[in-house]
Amino acid sequence: MNTEITIAGVTFQNPVMTASGTFGSGMEYGEFVDLNRLGAVVTKGVANVPWEGNKTPRVAEVYGGMLNAIGLQNPGIDVFLERDIPFLKKFDTKIIVNVCGKTVEDYLEVVERLGEAPVDMLEINVSCPNVKEGAIAFGQKADCLYDITKQIKRVAKQPVIMKLSPNVTDIGEMARAAEAAGADGVSLINTLTGMKIDIHKRRFVLANKTGGMSGPAIKPVAVRMVYQAAHAVKIPVIGMGGIATAEDAIEFLLAGASAVAVGAMNFVNPYATIEIIEGIEAYMKQYGIKDLSELIGAVEE
Amino acid sequence: MSTKRKEKARVISQNRLAPGIYDLRLFTEMAKEAEAGQFVGVYTKDASKLLPRPISICEADKEQGVLRLVYRIAGEGTAEISTLQEGQQVELLGVLGSGFPLCKAQGKQTVLMGGGIGIPPMLELAKELKEMGTEPVIIAGYRDGELFLKEDLERYGKVLVATEDGSVGTKGNVLTAVQEQKVNAEVIMACGPMPMLRAIKSYAVQQGIKAYISLEERMACGVGACLGCVCTTTAKDPHSHVKNARICTDGPVFEAREVDI
Repeated sequence: MNTEITIAGVTFQNPVMTASGTFGSGMEYGEFVDLNRLGAVVTKGVANVPWEGNKTPRVAEVYGGMLNAIGLQNPGIDVFLERDIPFLKKFDTKIIVNVCGKTVEDYLEVVERLGEAPVDMLEINVSCPNVKEGAIAFGQKADCLYDITKQIKRVAKQPVIMKLSPNVTDIGEMARAAEAAGADGVSLINTLTGMKIDIHKRRFVLANKTGGMSGPAIKPVAVRMVYQAAHAVKIPVIGMGGIATAEDAIEFLLAGASAVAVGAMNFVNPYATIEIIEGIEAYMKQYGIKDLSELIGAVEE
Repeated sequence: MSTKRKEKARVISQNRLAPGIYDLRLFTEMAKEAEAGQFVGVYTKDASKLLPRPISICEADKEQGVLRLVYRIAGEGTAEISTLQEGQQVELLGVLGSGFPLCKAQGKQTVLMGGGIGIPPMLELAKELKEMGTEPVIIAGYRDGELFLKEDLERYGKVLVATEDGSVGTKGNVLTAVQEQKVNAEVIMACGPMPMLRAIKSYAVQQGIKAYISLEERMACGVGACLGCVCTTTAKDPHSHVKNARICTDGPVFEAREVDI
């Protein structure tokens, strides 16, 4: 039974990754799970300089999920290269670094700094709904997405995955723009923009008013968008959005994802990633599937 | 150093101590690792509520492996937790956070201040301080005459009571009691609502003493990964490299001068 999957020339031991922003750089969840078993650790977004993030409250629970408006707090690329990358290199897992920025120049600086670093892949965050400048502004218009992808591809030394926002009219169009600009893959979905109001205080629960919704409640939307994106482009798709169990992960694979990422459910069940890896293996055994690639996009039309 | 984990605990008992205040005792190995000021995440069974509820540790019987949580019903999640009965199981994430630095109290006149639902963690703290030979003075600030945990606290130190309505002890808050009862503190350890913690910080600064305060914020992961529950720090935090520390892991206890509250 082969659970390996190759995306843009990088071979992952299994298709289960962590979704950016939900797993730090692996240090915290290393207490709960063996990082050596993960397909990849996708890091929290890193910018060229440290970012303070938003005011608190930054998180709120909602029915079947949560809202977050962290605002991409991060220690900046210098600390990241000195501390986080050496930590992750100790493990037998692939490293995908999520890159964020306020301007195109910010993104390019981080991508260039990572050029010589021992990381396997870059994921470009053009879809965070919680920062005022940059980020999602690049990810909601196809021509902006095309432009930034093109510029990043020009300087990137590693394969580039563009992380797409679900807060768009036509996800296929966005995926095609990334592909046309040379992206090596796309990942989706980032969080859905949401809002929660405390009716007793008549105030927004989040200091940022809006936040990104994640958790099991968004999964059907994510499966649909992964299916649409996978049909719109030939480059690989990494699927995420509310994955809690192996069954959820397999839905994404059947919808066309070559790999999957576990996000908010890490907060709920710190062992979720490992349970999903084991569950996918059990499913493959149950149905006599010899190679994971047999599942990708295998939903009957 | 204990390992954080998610595991099931068995309910020994659940009692109502005062209106909306419950006392939950659990059999769990986590009790053996728990320190005063730490907390656990308590999961609900309702699948629509995903995140564990952070609840402070009131008492940890290390020999018997009994963890005692005294908490207030703050919403539907804690309301569900309050219905747990003897023999039932509940999932915990723990043990979380960094507790009170007992060593800072060694040989010093130590005053513990608990306000409202900030009183429970003072019990384990008072117990551990007394065990190491530093019997504290404990000031408990209540809303009214529902003096939950007062008798428990009296086992480990002198207890002064302040009530907002003046029904028992000093009328006012914990700091009113400090003034009225002429309490002398060389170090303060406190947990309670933010206005109380702010007042304690300014008192400690004015007196030139250290105050260790336990903070709260809306949390998601509880283990330092999501960066949801940060507080503003006065100096650059060594982990985040910005002026933000994670309450769930760097705290919840901070020296008052280290945080901008």
